[in-house]
Amino acid sequence: MPIQSPDNPLIIARPEGLYCPAGDFYIDPWRPVARAIITHAHSDHARVGHGHYLATQAGEQVLRHRLGDIALQTLRYGEAVSHNGVRISLHPAGHVLGSAQVRIEVAGEVWVASGDYKVEPDPTCAAFEPVRCDTFITESTFGLPIYRWQHSDALFAEINQWWRANAAQGRVSVLFCYAFGKAQRILRGVDASIGPILTHGAVAPLNDAYRASGVALPATRRVAELAARGENKAAYAGALVLAPPSAAGSTWMRRFGDYSDAFASGWMLLRGARRRRGVERGFVMSDHADWPGLLWAIEQTGAQQVYVTHGQTGVLTRWLGEHGIAAHTFHTQYGDEDEGVGQQQDEATQAAAAPMDDAADSAHRAEQGPEEGAAP
Amino acid sequence: MKQFAALYAELDTLTASNAKLAALTSYFAATPAADAAWAVYFLAGGKPRQVVPAKVLRQAAQAAAGLPEWLFDECYDAVGDLAETISLVLPPASSTVDIPLAQWVADTLLPLRGEPPEVQHAALSRMWQQQNRLERFVGIKLITGSLRVGVSRLLVTRALAAVSGIDAKLVAQRLVGYTAQAVVAGKALPDAAAYLALIAPAGNGGVQRGGQPYPFFLAHPWQQDVAAMAAQLGSPAQWQVEWKWDGIRAQLVKRAGDVWVWSRGEDLVTERFPELQAAGATLPDGTVLDGEILVWLDGQVAPFALLQQRIGRKNLGAKVLAAAPVILLAYDILEWQGVDQRTLPQHARRALLEQVLADYHPPGIQRSPLVAGDDWAQLATLHTSSRARGVEGMMLKARDAAYGIGRTKDVGTWWKWKIDPYSIDAVLIYAQAGHGRRASLYTDYTFAVWDKPQGDATRALVPFAKAYSGLTDEEIRKVDAIVRRTTVEKFGPVRSVTPTLVFELGFEGIAASSRHKSGIAVRFPRMLRWRQDKPVAEADTLADLQMLLQPGSTAANA
Ligand SMILES: [Zn+2]
Ligand SMILES: [Zn+2]
Repeated sequence: MPIQSPDNPLIIARPEGLYCPAGDFYIDPWRPVARAIITHAHSDHARVGHGHYLATQAGEQVLRHRLGDIALQTLRYGEAVSHNGVRISLHPAGHVLGSAQVRIEVAGEVWVASGDYKVEPDPTCAAFEPVRCDTFITESTFGLPIYRWQHSDALFAEINQWWRANAAQGRVSVLFCYAFGKAQRILRGVDASIGPILTHGAVAPLNDAYRASGVALPATRRVAELAARGENKAAYAGALVLAPPSAAGSTWMRRFGDYSDAFASGWMLLRGARRRRGVERGFVMSDHADWPGLLWAIEQTGAQQVYVTHGQTGVLTRWLGEHGIAAHTFHTQYGDEDEGVGQQQDEATQAAAAPMDDAADSAHRAEQGPEEGAAP
Repeated sequence: MKQFAALYAELDTLTASNAKLAALTSYFAATPAADAAWAVYFLAGGKPRQVVPAKVLRQAAQAAAGLPEWLFDECYDAVGDLAETISLVLPPASSTVDIPLAQWVADTLLPLRGEPPEVQHAALSRMWQQQNRLERFVGIKLITGSLRVGVSRLLVTRALAAVSGIDAKLVAQRLVGYTAQAVVAGKALPDAAAYLALIAPAGNGGVQRGGQPYPFFLAHPWQQDVAAMAAQLGSPAQWQVEWKWDGIRAQLVKRAGDVWVWSRGEDLVTERFPELQAAGATLPDGTVLDGEILVWLDGQVAPFALLQQRIGRKNLGAKVLAAAPVILLAYDILEWQGVDQRTLPQHARRALLEQVLADYHPPGIQRSPLVAGDDWAQLATLHTSSRARGVEGMMLKARDAAYGIGRTKDVGTWWKWKIDPYSIDAVLIYAQAGHGRRASLYTDYTFAVWDKPQGDATRALVPFAKAYSGLTDEEIRKVDAIVRRTTVEKFGPVRSVTPTLVFELGFEGIAASSRHKSGIAVRFPRMLRWRQDKPVAEADTLADLQMLLQPGSTAANA
């Protein structure tokens, strides 16, 4: 086993982001830098303004959709490149399409930065793959033992049942979900024979990017298309509508007449969060690992040292410490759960105040902000 | 138990009354009487006393989930509700058995009471092994007597009326006192017979049996100006005007040689007030009076704090009874010689009440004095003397009104015309996350005033009140964001903040207190208004608070 080098860590936290001194590059930096490796295209991890981007081939379409014209080099999962003597490879994180863990190796010492990950199967992206390493950098968004996800079969059965019951009464089923990742996972998982599926303008281009990347999704139509044809409320009856959380409470919703609304997020596990959200149903669905998932993934890496980023850093660090793993915290600017509450609510307030329409510009606005939706 | 837990979950997600009514109705239609008996009990707000201490619950949950105490506490902080936390951290059930609600109450819930911690611990672990997440949540809520369902009693009444075809008013009347059954006597638990009696066809009239009281008639707040009174209410001559007393609303029931005293929450409180028990014994059978329990000293009402202290006492020795003697200030008569009087007009009931009290002179029962005034302006002048008299304002009761049920207005109206609460501009210095719906938002605040006048460089903020209601959701979110931004230190769930926020706090009462750092205790503090216009330096001082103290109120150290 290689000797760990506390004086010479392979990755350190800098004001710009996580930094590899040996290779002189950053991972998911939040300030503009010369060279960046991007784990995935969520807005708190992938930002504009860097000189050079390295990311997965699987995620190229969505990354370009989100960041536009960037100097992008892609790697297949598992393919390695060398940069300044550092061996770099990207491995599936199971979070969203194209999401990766970053493995870097210098003189036999291996560090892996997880980005965001989940360990349950998701047919819209490559499954999480444990990578053996000396030091593992893990997220901890849902790092408390209260968070344990149910099997996705049971989850989709719930969603289908809700949609079917609404459709039987001629009601529209509006499901709020994050436009990138969550929406496509829902599309892929629901029973498309129940009724038509419509999308908000923020969701549609990401569906297209997924389809262009080879992910099969059921047919969808834009709400705007129907609206442009002057359809009345009856045209929406029985449909499932996927919309970003920011559309909740906006004038955009008026066209649906009688509808039932729901929100899909890991935070919906808590009764208080469900009630604050003010929707009829909360579906517990997350693209992050739950507590058993985090512990399993950490164990699988065999890492002797763990750095914990965004989420329940204090809890996970202490737990690992009590279980014989040297654990520390990296302070990052990725969506932080605690401070996120206020921030996300500000965002929700703004969205409610601003009239929403599913034109292209508002689609962009809806995609901004931390992922997991504007979740409390 | 599974069906009841599922009903709870359904009611919890529904907002429309009609949908809730439909859920309740279909539950009762499909549920055996023995289980429905308990469901009505719990839905109508019945609470068995806490049978397992929270500490034992936590320890059993930590053991079953294999969590250290600190991690369990972290979970609890994030969730904000003990029952929900436990239901989430426990491992999945090893088997699923569906036990009927009545059987679960009889075999699991009730036997837990009074057992030593290790027996309770073992019983909880066994119970959890067979329950799903929802059953665990509801089960713990029932065990801790803290189940809160978003349905009104009226809705339960309507559901029972719908499944039985009985008039809802009759069901409401039969339901009075139903939730007190568990404590009336060990054996008189709500059983199948009790449930069937609730929904039995209307039989021999509406005579109340045993010690059952009548549903209380409740007042509506009068919130308009004096100027609007003549136009809205007509002449004061059409109204019976009384003071609004600050005590415990109660019915005194005398039937078949026995006396019962019921508080408005439909708790049986007879044993807490031996004076009233003795007073009731001097009245003839078939008498029910409605009034206010007050501590009465030297011919006048004492501050509520004294009554509160007395209620808190376990043993009512001669000393306690002498220090805080109570009376019933009667203002209505609901039954006389075994006959329901509630359809008589208010003025006739008043005349009957005066006659009965004059004839029987029950010690410890006085009549609530009437307030006379030629016009509303004159009454308004008298109204301003409320605080000095130790009352909360006035009651206006329509002279020709019958005695209604709850907050109904169909047979006449009672108005409560309250004095403005005390108010003070105070500074937010600590914040704590709320519970339940508001977990993870900072909603509970501690407020302070300055101890010295403006300009004194040595002055400091002294905490004097905690408040957690009165803001809109939008304001709460804004304050939450500011609390996070201005945090100085975290102590567990509490954050101290840099003082930047001023709120106008209202409260109903104020008394000197040696137990509070500020030397002052306020009653029912709440936020009236966010004073975004007011800098922290201009918040009120301790001297401002002390000026609100009435002479004589120093007696109350609650
Ligand atoms: Zn992400
Ligand atoms: Zn993230």
